Formats: sequence, C-alpha cells, structure tokens
Amino acid sequence: MTVAEKKHRIIEPDSLIGKRIAKMDAPEKASGRTRYIHDINLSGQLHGKILRSARIHALIKSIDTSAAKALPGVHIVITGADIPDQRPIGVAKDHFPLKVGRVRSERDEIAAVAAESEEIAEAALKLIKVEYEDLPVIGKPEDAIEPDAILIHPEPHGADGTHLHLKQGTSIAHKGKPDNIAMRFDYAHGDVAQGEAESDVVLEDTFKLHYVTHCCMGVSGMIAEFDASGNVLMYSNTQVPFLHKREFAEYLNIDPARIRIIQPPIGGGFGSKLDIYPFEVICLYLARAAKRPVKMLFTREEEFLASPTRQPVLLTLRSGCRKDGTLTFRQVHTLHDNGAYTSWGATTPFVMMQTFSSLYRVPHCDYHTAAVYTNNPYAGSFRGYGNLQATFAIEQHMDMLAQSIGMDPLEFRMKNAQDAGEVTGQGMSFKSCGFKECIRTAAQRSDFSHKFGENQANQKAPGTIKRGIGMASMLHVGGGAKIYPSDGCGTILKMDDFANVTLITGASEIGQGSETVLSQLVCEELGLPISAVTVVNNDTAITPWDVGVHASRTTFIAGNSAIGAAKKAKAKILAVAGKKFEIAEDYLDLRGGFVIKADSGEAVIELSKLLRNLHFQDKAELVMTTFYYEPPSVHQDKGFKGDVSAAYAWGTQVVEVEVDTETGNVKLVKVTGAHDVGRVLNRLGIEGQIEGGIVMGQGYAFTEDLMIENGHMKNPNFRDYKLVTAPEIPEMDVAFIESMDGEGPQGAKGVGEAPAICMAAAAANAIANATGIRLFELPFTPEKVYRALHGQTPKLYWKPWKAE
Amino acid sequence: MSALKHDIEFTLNGVKRKLTVDVTMNALDMLRDAIGLTGTKYGCGEGECGACTIQVDGVSLNSCLMFAVDCNGRDVTTIEGLANDPRADALRDAFVEHGAVQCGFCTPGMVMQADHLLHKHGHPDEACVKRGLEGNLCRCTGYKKIVDAVVACGATE
Repeated sequence: MTVAEKKHRIIEPDSLIGKRIAKMDAPEKASGRTRYIHDINLSGQLHGKILRSARIHALIKSIDTSAAKALPGVHIVITGADIPDQRPIGVAKDHFPLKVGRVRSERDEIAAVAAESEEIAEAALKLIKVEYEDLPVIGKPEDAIEPDAILIHPEPHGADGTHLHLKQGTSIAHKGKPDNIAMRFDYAHGDVAQGEAESDVVLEDTFKLHYVTHCCMGVSGMIAEFDASGNVLMYSNTQVPFLHKREFAEYLNIDPARIRIIQPPIGGGFGSKLDIYPFEVICLYLARAAKRPVKMLFTREEEFLASPTRQPVLLTLRSGCRKDGTLTFRQVHTLHDNGAYTSWGATTPFVMMQTFSSLYRVPHCDYHTAAVYTNNPYAGSFRGYGNLQATFAIEQHMDMLAQSIGMDPLEFRMKNAQDAGEVTGQGMSFKSCGFKECIRTAAQRSDFSHKFGENQANQKAPGTIKRGIGMASMLHVGGGAKIYPSDGCGTILKMDDFANVTLITGASEIGQGSETVLSQLVCEELGLPISAVTVVNNDTAITPWDVGVHASRTTFIAGNSAIGAAKKAKAKILAVAGKKFEIAEDYLDLRGGFVIKADSGEAVIELSKLLRNLHFQDKAELVMTTFYYEPPSVHQDKGFKGDVSAAYAWGTQVVEVEVDTETGNVKLVKVTGAHDVGRVLNRLGIEGQIEGGIVMGQGYAFTEDLMIENGHMKNPNFRDYKLVTAPEIPEMDVAFIESMDGEGPQGAKGVGEAPAICMAAAAANAIANATGIRLFELPFTPEKVYRALHGQTPKLYWKPWKAE
Repeated sequence: MSALKHDIEFTLNGVKRKLTVDVTMNALDMLRDAIGLTGTKYGCGEGECGACTIQVDGVSLNSCLMFAVDCNGRDVTTIEGLANDPRADALRDAFVEHGAVQCGFCTPGMVMQADHLLHKHGHPDEACVKRGLEGNLCRCTGYKKIVDAVVACGATE
C-alpha cells in the first residue's frame, strides 16, 4: 500500500450487533482449563464439612464433639454454642447458620469440622453425638395454618447467638413468630366484586406446583481465608458479590471494607446463588477459628439436600370474562410452602402478581399470598421467580375461558393482550411491547390454529396416540427490577497504547455470556474487534458496584453502563483527534481500529497511534473512563404499585405433544417460541439462553420432581430426580421479535429467565387439546397423565386463604 | 484413615507414570487430587452426570466409578490429553463456534464423550449423537447446540 493509498483508505461499516459471536470464555472451558472453585486450592488449606440434622423437627438436647476433636487431623470443631456472636441470616433473618436448641428441617446445620482432608472431616462428623427430642412434623403447608399446628419458630433469637434460653438483657435479633406465617402479600386494583358481576363466565380452579431444584452441574462451594490483619478473602460463587459483601460483614461483625470476594467461574447459577446460605457463614467461622484457609465443597447429595428449591405453590384462581371475550377480573390466593426458613422463594409474589395483574388487560385484580413455615426444605430464587407458577394457572384459565365462551384461544388472547403505551393497574408502563407479535408469530410458525382444530376433532377418533398443541405467553421484567436502593451497575474502562480495552464491570458472569455481550457493546462504540477487549468482572476489590445477577438484568443494566463508559472514551478520543487534525469532532467516528471521517469512512489515523501520541507527550494522558448506570425505574409503593423495571420482556411458546393414552406417556415433539427481546445482540448467545430455558421448562413440566415426604427428601440424586437428557429434547424453532426498546442497550431487553416460564402452561394446554383432559398438578409424569385419562384424579381444591 | 495402598503404572495422556494410590480411591480423585489435572469434573460421584468422563483404552467411561488401581497397565486419556490432537481441536472449535458452552462445567465430559463417539461412528447423525450423549447432563444449553456441534464436526471429517 502506498502512502497515498493508506491516507485515503476507506474503512467499511461493520457491526458485531446481532451476529453469532462465540463466547469469549468458551475455548478455555472446552479445553478443561477453566478453574472453577472446585479446582482452586490454597496452600495451608483445610477442608470443612457440616453435620446436618438426623431429624426433621426436634429439640437438640445435647451435642458432644469431644471424640471428633480428638481425631488426628482435625483442627476445629464448632457448634452454635462455640459462636457467641452468631447472627440470624436469610431474607427474614430467621435462622442461625449453626442451629441452636432446635432443628426444623432435614438439612439443618448442627456442627462443622475443619480438618486436614475431606476424609478426616467426614470421619470426624460421624464421631459427633447429638441427642434429640422429636417434635411433630409439618409436612404440608395446609397443615401449617391449622389452628392447632405446632409452631416452627416460637422462640426469639438473641443477638448474642443464643436461642431458646435467652439470658436477661439479651437484645433480640429475631423475635420468633406467633403463627407459621412467614410472609404475606396482598395486592389489588379495581373491584373484583364488580368484575365478577360483569362476567358471563366465572371459573375457579386450584393448581398445585411441586418442588424442583436448580441442579447446577458444579456443586456449591467456597474458600475462606482471614489474613494476619483480620481481612477476609473469599472465593465464592455468589451472584451478588456487593450485596453479600455487606451482609457477610454483618454476620462477622466486621467492617465491609475488610471483605474481598473473588468469583471464580461458576458451574451454573439460575438464581441459586442469590442468597447467603449457612454453609458460607460456617466456612467463614471455621477459617476464622482455624486461622487457615478453609475450603468447603458439597457432595451431590448435599447439593440436593441443602440447596434452595423453586417455591412449591398451592394456588386457587378465580377468573371471569364476558361473552365477547373481554377479561373481567382475576382473584388469586396462593399458599407458598416456605420450608423451615425464609429465603427469596417467599418473595416470589413480587413477580407472580405482575403476571396476574398485567400480562393481559384485567380491569379488576385481587391477589393474596401467604408463605408459611413447614419442616420442608426452604425455597429460594430460581430462574423465573414465581412466574412459572403464575403462568401455569393463568394460561390454562385463558384456554378454559375461551372454551367456555366458544372462542378461539388465539383470538381470545389477542383480544386481551397488552400493547405498547399501556400502563397497567399495577403501574407497569409498557414502552416497548411486542406481545401481540409474539403470539401471532408463534402461532403462524407452528400452524397453531389449524392443528388446534384438527387435534380437537381427533380427540374421540380411534387410535391411542393423540396429538396436541397448546400455547402460553409470558411477561417478565426486562430492564432490571428496582428492589434495592439502587438497581445500577458501574463500569471502569481503560485503553492501552495499542487500542486494547480493559472493561472492568461490576456484572458477574455466571455462564450466560455477559462478558461477551458487554464486549460487543463496547466494541460497537469504539469500532474495535472483540479480540481487543479483556473483561475483568470477578473481584470486589477491583470491580465497581453492581446489584448482582438477577431479574434478567445484566445485559440491560451492565450493558448500558458499559456503553456509557465507552461513549465517554469515544468522546475523549474524537476530541483529541479533532484538535490534532483540525476536523470538527462531529465529523469523526471510530471504525475498524481507526479514527475515520464519519461521512466517507476515510481513515484519519490508526486509533492505537493516536492513543500513543496522547500518552507519550509532555502532557501525557491515558484514556480511562468510568460510568454508573441507574435505570429510570421506580420502587413499588406499599401496595406493590409502580413501574419497577425500565423495560418488559414478552414471549409466547407453542408446545406440541403426543400423548400415549395407553401408557400416559407424553412425548414433547416441538416447541415454537417467539420472544420480544428488544433486539438480538448476540444471536448465538440468545439462542442458547432460549433453548436452555425451554429444556429447563420441559424438566419442570414433565420429568423433574424433588420428592419431599413429611420433610424427608426421597430422591437426592440425579437418577431419581430426572433431569431431561439429550434424546428427550424437542425440536425447537425460536423467533425473535425486535421491538427496539428505547432505553435498552442497542434496543435490547433482558431475556435470561423468560424462556423457562411458559413451558408447563403450554404443555398443559397441549395435553388438553390432545385428550380433552386438564391437568392441574405438575409434573406430567406418565402415572399422573394415565390416572387423569382414566378419571382417577380427584379434583384439586384448596379453600382460598381469607385476607384479613 | 490409613487405607491400604497400591502401586500402579499406567499411561496418562501419552506419558507413562507411576503412582501409589489408596485402594479405595476412584480414578476421578486420583486425577484431580493426586495428579492435579482438574479438567475432569466431579458432578455427582455416582456415574449419573458424565462430567467426569475420561477415555480408558479408547473407551469412554465415568472416572468416578472406576477405582484408581484399575488404571494399572491401561492407557488413560483426559480432556488435557486432547490438547495436541488435531481431531479434538476441531471438536473443541465446533463446541465454541456452535455456542455449545455456557457455564462450561459439563463441557470437558461432553467433549470426551463426543470424541469417543466420533471415533466410534465417524459421521454420526443427530439421533446417534443424542443417544451417545445421553449419559452426560447439561443444565444450561438444552443440549441442542452441543448436538449440533458434534454432528457438524463429524460431517466435516
């Protein structure tokens, strides 16, 4: 290239947005080189293990750890009595990490050991003697609200770590509960009595949603170390490092500044790492006592026993419509099985009520939840956060209402679906809304209407294999959720002398591909290839604050934050270039590693050269910027009203099944999805999210079942829990509706949770289309389907909880 | 704790080595803890998830179900052992390009199983790949992109 040619070099426009960009961390992961928490070992490290309750509900009469302490290789053995400053943990601060005086579930932590090896620690656990006095067990949430039910949390927790027998003058950390109600949620808009009076059809049904759990392929674990000055270093798989840093500090009674959390790559999250669990605090206690690093890893059985679950829900829905297909009202009562303690599962009504109030236009809505204590495993947050349960009920009733007025289910939905510009009774404002297009697209691509009619006509025809098609739609937050004082994310961006970018973001990577998407967004602003970006996202001592990975918020919130930092860097670069070449900076742009003339694409200077010129001069400068993005959403008021997210995601899924009426076996044949994602940023990544979500929803609907009988988990292993395997997956056809959200990064909205939400509801509708039989209880195992087909399923009914 | 020990000699990723192992130790713990190759993952310890898949004498198996002493005299390959194999490079590239990796925890086991499958079947079709990966669980991807990657890799050979 001659000098003249180089000078007039034209840089063609290029964009990474919407392309299939491979995940940046994939080569390391596919080579087995990625070091997960399980693969990290610190010199001098001890191994921690926890003794769990051998009973479901009992008083602890005595604990004898002397034999365990005497075992060679054992460094530390602790019980609640050894930790006088234990503070209650969890969303309602209703339990100690190490239980004192009383155990309330099978998983309860009683003692812990730190030893030279895992084997020694396990052997030591077996030497700990505990005497119990059994108490009656509450195994069903319905029993927890009976007037004579035994109380699960009768006594107060002292702030000094005592429980049951408080000393005089002890300040109270959790005062105990006079009943078994952990949390109540009551929401209303309009007047349901009026809505019911205006209805031509009213339906009331009870739905029962079961226990499932995350089954992250990497088991839970942590490494904790205190340095000589008492500073804490934690290797943790938390999804919310900054909130947890503060919380851990509270539990350790130290300044949060003393806590540093490093997040190694995570072997699956799905919401499971959103709360602090007892094992993490216990690991810290062990490390503090041992003055050595302590590593704690679960076994798979322990992962089942001691991980949070999706919230099991008993739900009675009453809803109505007019003959013309207009929805009139919805009244919902749910009973949430909270388990023995309160984690995020109790707060799923935040999301559930949004679906009831706002997925379709409902003029009158009344919603009540009681989350009650039982002696079952306690429920946490799980991808979809209550929305799978809510959608299961709503979308079945949509079909049933349509059927009772003789209207096509598709037409019925279109008539009541939300549009852009609407503000719902709950105060949610839909600025971008591709809902109707989702319904239309999924229906067209699956030939829904034709197949629906054909299958219905075939219900009574000869033959044992019946085909069915069903649809369900969803609404979920897609622009963060203002739950905490801030819903923001910080970014620090620096450029080196060769025009490489280091993107330091508060947003955690949990396998979803955020580092790749954030890099794409930065490259789009700075005109650089993805290979120019290094992402730092895993160390609270380095990264700026972020509220954490939850509520499908990372692409939207961290994306806007990264764009903000990149725009500031770009402005500085263009100002420097403009001055140097005496061109107004408005006429300049960045593309392909060059500063270019915006109109012609003509290269002005190589970006790396410009950056070096800026750096190596008398008034030396670097390009380094920061940005904090806070979404323009608001906190809900006390009545749960308010525009809590900056954008909302929509989706419709159509499920096709084959029901074998002789065996009750249901084959999932095909899923057609249409998702309003705002805009596709990384096609490869977003397809992966949707497909993974569909199959997770398939598991929820058909195979997965964590069997809890009177507080006892019967199947804490993969063999009996039954995750979906490769041969069982359906054909998947996924379409994206690009509604180009005005606030979203490049128009995008969050999609992480969306794809798992509709599956169970759509599957129920498909089975009904195939057989004429409605299933109100998950999962749709062959036994359940067979019984229902043979009229052996008694009608579920749960008497609605009366709001006080 | 003083378990009976046994001396073994075997080929690991093309290199001969000697080791003294507890007779109760499984091959997974030997690889990860005694030798320090952490690419092979613990997912369940009960042969139900496939995250610990290795190849022994060219056959894929769950290393958590194999005693370390049974490696004696055998030819053992782990995910790290595929580093210099061009055929395995193509497979890894296919995983990356097809988006078959999310959290990545199941991926080494998947790659080992897929590598075995391609050796055995050459150009497996979709049904064959699904069947072949049946014993490997993945919670993130929904399997589709993993199956696509393996089918595509087989088709280009």
